[in-house]
Amino acid sequence: MQVKKGEWVRIHNIVLDAKERAPQVPEDTKKVPLEAWVKGFLQHDAQIGDEVEVKTMTGRIEKGKLIEVNSTYHHNYGNFVPELLQIGISLRDILWGGEAHE
Amino acid sequence: MSRDMSYEGVMARKNEIMKKAIGIDYSIFESGHIRFDYEEMMRETGYTLDEMQKIQGDTGVGNTPLLELKNLTKLARMVSPAGKGARIFVKDEAANPSGSFKARRAANAVYHAKKLGYKGVIAATSGNYGAAVASQAAIHGLKCIIVQECYDSKGLGQPEIIEKARKCEAYGAEVVQLTVGPELFYTFLKLLEETGYFNASLYSPFGIAGVETLGYEIAMQFRERVGRDPDVVVCTNAGGGNLTGTARGLLKAGADHVKVVGASVDLTGLHMASDEQFNKKSFTTGHTGFGIPFATWPDRSDVPRSAARPLRYMDRYVIVTQGQVFYMTETLAQIEGLERGPAGNTSLAAAFSIAQELDEDKIIVVQETEYTGAGKHVQPQLSFARDNGIELKFGNPEEEVPGKNIILPEHPRLIKAKDIDLNKLKRSYIHHCIETYSKNEISSADLEFLVQDTKSSVEFVREVLSEKGVKVVE
Repeated sequence: MQVKKGEWVRIHNIVLDAKERAPQVPEDTKKVPLEAWVKGFLQHDAQIGDEVEVKTMTGRIEKGKLIEVNSTYHHNYGNFVPELLQIGISLRDILWGGEAHE
Repeated sequence: MSRDMSYEGVMARKNEIMKKAIGIDYSIFESGHIRFDYEEMMRETGYTLDEMQKIQGDTGVGNTPLLELKNLTKLARMVSPAGKGARIFVKDEAANPSGSFKARRAANAVYHAKKLGYKGVIAATSGNYGAAVASQAAIHGLKCIIVQECYDSKGLGQPEIIEKARKCEAYGAEVVQLTVGPELFYTFLKLLEETGYFNASLYSPFGIAGVETLGYEIAMQFRERVGRDPDVVVCTNAGGGNLTGTARGLLKAGADHVKVVGASVDLTGLHMASDEQFNKKSFTTGHTGFGIPFATWPDRSDVPRSAARPLRYMDRYVIVTQGQVFYMTETLAQIEGLERGPAGNTSLAAAFSIAQELDEDKIIVVQETEYTGAGKHVQPQLSFARDNGIELKFGNPEEEVPGKNIILPEHPRLIKAKDIDLNKLKRSYIHHCIETYSKNEISSADLEFLVQDTKSSVEFVREVLSEKGVKVVE
């Protein structure tokens, strides 16, 4: 996918390879690199997956692999947790049981 | 000559980078030994209470409502022995511009950065503090970078952290998102060096002094409303700044009989820097993974000497389970009509338990709430846990194993805070001091400092020192 210069994009890069990680890091974390994600304005036309430069919101130039255009927030209220319904019902019963439910 | 940008290279320049980025020469408060002049540091580099109130008031920070939780108090009395069940109040810090008490810390730090002529501010935080710094930077027209530990190696992040990144970006900040690991600090240092921005550390004297207004307001609001100081103030404890600032504010108000209690979520057994365990925990702050290491060694933070020293001020330290805190978060919404984020409710769960030990005429205060919303709410947190293989059920919270299950109490009577042995933490802190500064002998000034820094006694510190074979010389 062709992405135009000036588009708001998200890039990914490796900050430290697995072998460069800090000595105090636990074994499972040592097996993986330290990765970073940054957003900014694309500095030249490129394809998704290309190594690119972006200008971040503070004006810094960052390099990395182009992964997304106009990134969307995907977090939400999650799947419904039916247990939560029961808490209010049980508390109202403990506090005001009987009198409020006639 | 190009600078060494390797992990070791950047870490070796830590002190030099920090000095430029915070404008404090910490060496003037050092005595060359264990001791450093904490009060002098707070006085000379912080702000007076009046100044802080003015700075915060100018940006709409502080003066938050104090709410009595009458239904929650009634509930506590129903599960207490006769005559027990203190009145429970909450300081509604979600009313601050960025949605948490952290606006108080950020207001001072960003104001200070602006005054010193910095073009921007940087903070390393996964939490509400990032949003607070971003909000204050927006108000003052400064640039802002927030560095966040966000994802595991599969690119999976807690909905709570992702929401906080959104909030920072909403205020115009640049957010640098990283995978798990303590090298966040390395990235932070590189950014400070590259940009020349101010280090809006959580642990600077301005950051901590900013919270003093919270403790001070609590005392003043109670005197106005019920004619006296509260008996107990409970603070959610992570890095220690919340508790330190609040306690100092209470002391500045002359409220020196108030008991200050720290509360953390119990995440025993989970390693905070582990890629595999990162998403097995359902709290990203206010938990023992910060609370214990920062209490026993405050100077592990991102400044040479942390102004947050919780052992100096803590009268008691308790832990509660994840299930208990989620249950209390839902309780606050269901019987008090306050939908708030889970982290502040750590102290609410603790307060509900402690209230049951106190007589009915006593007063206990939960000193903060925080905003909630998509991602940062009890439902997405529990849904995320379930999706990640954590068992979720009603039962006895005593059976909860962090990383394996979350147990919602079957009945509110099962909400019981557990005490952490404070003397053990104090002992551990003194051991850290001895090891870090490699001392066989310490001066009487060092001894006095250790007594103050652990809110203990000369006898206690001498006993711990003798266990380590350390002598006190005059």
